[in-house]
Amino acid sequence: MKQTERMTQHPLTKYLRSERMPHIWCEGCGNGILLNSFLTALDELKVDLDKIVVVSGIGCIGRAAGYVNVDSFHTTHGRAIAFATGVKLANPDLQVVVISGDGDLFAIGGNHFIHAARRNIDIKVICANNFNYGMTGGQYGPTTPLEAWTTTTPYGNIEHPFNLVHLAAASGAVYVARWTALHVRRLKDSIKKSLQKEGFSFIEVISPCPTIFDRYNKRGTAVDVMKWFKLISNVKHGHDPAKTEITKSQIMVGEFVDVERPSYGRLLRDMTKKVQEKLKEKKAK
Amino acid sequence: MRSRAVLTGTHFLSGDLACAEGAIAAGCRFFGGYPITPATEIAERMSRRLVEVGGVYIQMEDEIGSLAAVIGASYTGKKAMTATSGPGFSLMQENIGLAVMTEAPLVIVNIMRGGPSTGQPTMPGQQDVMQAKWGSHGDYEIIALAPSSVQEMFDLTIDCFNLAESYRVPVMLLADEIIGHMSERVKIPAPEEITIVDRKKPKGPPNEYQPFKPDDDLVPPMGCFGEGYRFHATGLTHDEKGAPKTVSVEEQTKLVRRLCDKIRKNTHKIVRVQEVMLEDAEVAILAYGITSRAALSAVRKARKEGIKAGLLRLITIWPFPTELVAKMADHVTAIVVPEMNYGQIVREVERAAKTTPVSLLSKLGEEPHRPSEIITAMRKALQ
Repeated sequence: MKQTERMTQHPLTKYLRSERMPHIWCEGCGNGILLNSFLTALDELKVDLDKIVVVSGIGCIGRAAGYVNVDSFHTTHGRAIAFATGVKLANPDLQVVVISGDGDLFAIGGNHFIHAARRNIDIKVICANNFNYGMTGGQYGPTTPLEAWTTTTPYGNIEHPFNLVHLAAASGAVYVARWTALHVRRLKDSIKKSLQKEGFSFIEVISPCPTIFDRYNKRGTAVDVMKWFKLISNVKHGHDPAKTEITKSQIMVGEFVDVERPSYGRLLRDMTKKVQEKLKEKKAK
Repeated sequence: MRSRAVLTGTHFLSGDLACAEGAIAAGCRFFGGYPITPATEIAERMSRRLVEVGGVYIQMEDEIGSLAAVIGASYTGKKAMTATSGPGFSLMQENIGLAVMTEAPLVIVNIMRGGPSTGQPTMPGQQDVMQAKWGSHGDYEIIALAPSSVQEMFDLTIDCFNLAESYRVPVMLLADEIIGHMSERVKIPAPEEITIVDRKKPKGPPNEYQPFKPDDDLVPPMGCFGEGYRFHATGLTHDEKGAPKTVSVEEQTKLVRRLCDKIRKNTHKIVRVQEVMLEDAEVAILAYGITSRAALSAVRKARKEGIKAGLLRLITIWPFPTELVAKMADHVTAIVVPEMNYGQIVREVERAAKTTPVSLLSKLGEEPHRPSEIITAMRKALQ
């Protein structure tokens, strides 16, 4: 009996709103792996589940917020980071994590991303990058590789993609890493590290999209894509983020940035303390 | 000892600054905004004052982000606001819809200038009154108040926060550039004389909490992030638990109707107007904001000239006081609506007045209406 219970209960069930299952994601999608890594990180760190907020934008991975059994919010398209900024500053005791996609965070939400990184808002951004807008059926976006076929690049993509880790580093993120959906343990470790670090952190997760992008671009099944990730991934910690462009023959992965810089929240609290002390002195006089 | 949050006493302030003081007195401790003429002075005052009282001022990268951050702050339990003008208000429409859908109590101040587009940044207008009600997509209701003095910039800002907390809805303060920028005497009362309303809190155990299950007044009690409720909110159509219901006609109907009805069915409690000499009036002026001051002067002058004139000043623009206007229309022979736009609230008045003739006195930009212009319009309406 006990054996059966153990078999039917997934070890991460308590972190999920199980009544919302099954999730909407396709077989072979990397979103489940990303979510699993995130929940495992919470489990290993024994994070207080009453003090963590998960925020998502719009898109396939945007549904993640609804599946996690913590306070969560599903914003308008692109606004997850701006919403998260309000949450974190209004209640600094909360750990605020944004889980969203490449289109949401870097096309419609690109402005919020660079400014939150510049301000060093103490939030953790995890981005599922599947190189296209999956939920709307596979249109090109800010990460789609040159020449790739999508439903809105019927003659091949002629836009240059962002290198997300370079963008994050240049904007001021204090922790920047990239992994593929294949690197489950390393991804989990990066998430743990970012959760323990103050400031704006960014983790890019290269994700298969077997139903749409990978099929359109003849990359084979999800397993084929994972094998391909294994073949072309190159772990290089500390590598210059400017030189980590994703190419057909290489996905540079690893921790690229891990630096210290005071967060916006810390600077605000320090300033508030000083101002209030001065006011008290003034009153005493 | 004097509280730093409530600057009790008599001051000489501009409308923008009085608004900021009203917000802080109401308990606002989060401001997310973006500078824009003629609302910038609210942001400037808040950036100084919020730090003094331990609040948060953040200047976001645009007005889209500003309102998103304000919704986030509201969900942690903070009283939060933003302040803007036409172009910024346009950018906020997206997240006004989100605030309506997720029932986030918050305040949006719009110091109206001339539009469309960049229009006339330093000139007054009342051109956003319809946008306030209809600017975001889908069916929804909001509350909007229109101050007509600097004192009301203080008083009505407090009312905005109280209404937002009572109905879990974005509440707008629609002031025009003149009210925002002119300076008048403002009396700030003692803290104990200020009525403060806080959102209803859930009563049951956290694991049974249903974030969008309303009480009889159609407003759901609000748990906040970090309080252990572990709930989900989404801009998607959702059930009472907050779970997305993207294809259910039943859930869509139930939710959208409740979001509208919590305001519509409470209109009589929300609406406030000022009635001046309407008892025996033959011609009524319906006005709001700066225009109502010229209208009041026009009514007094007209009375001296033997014209039986009266004024209905809207303090609440949305929900529109349809019943009150209809009742008034039954007793007058004509209604004149002076507005600093090309005819907006006049449409609501026409709808309520039915057969009573309604005439628009439109003025765009430049100076507000002169009492003499309103008197001429009244004479014409009575002919």
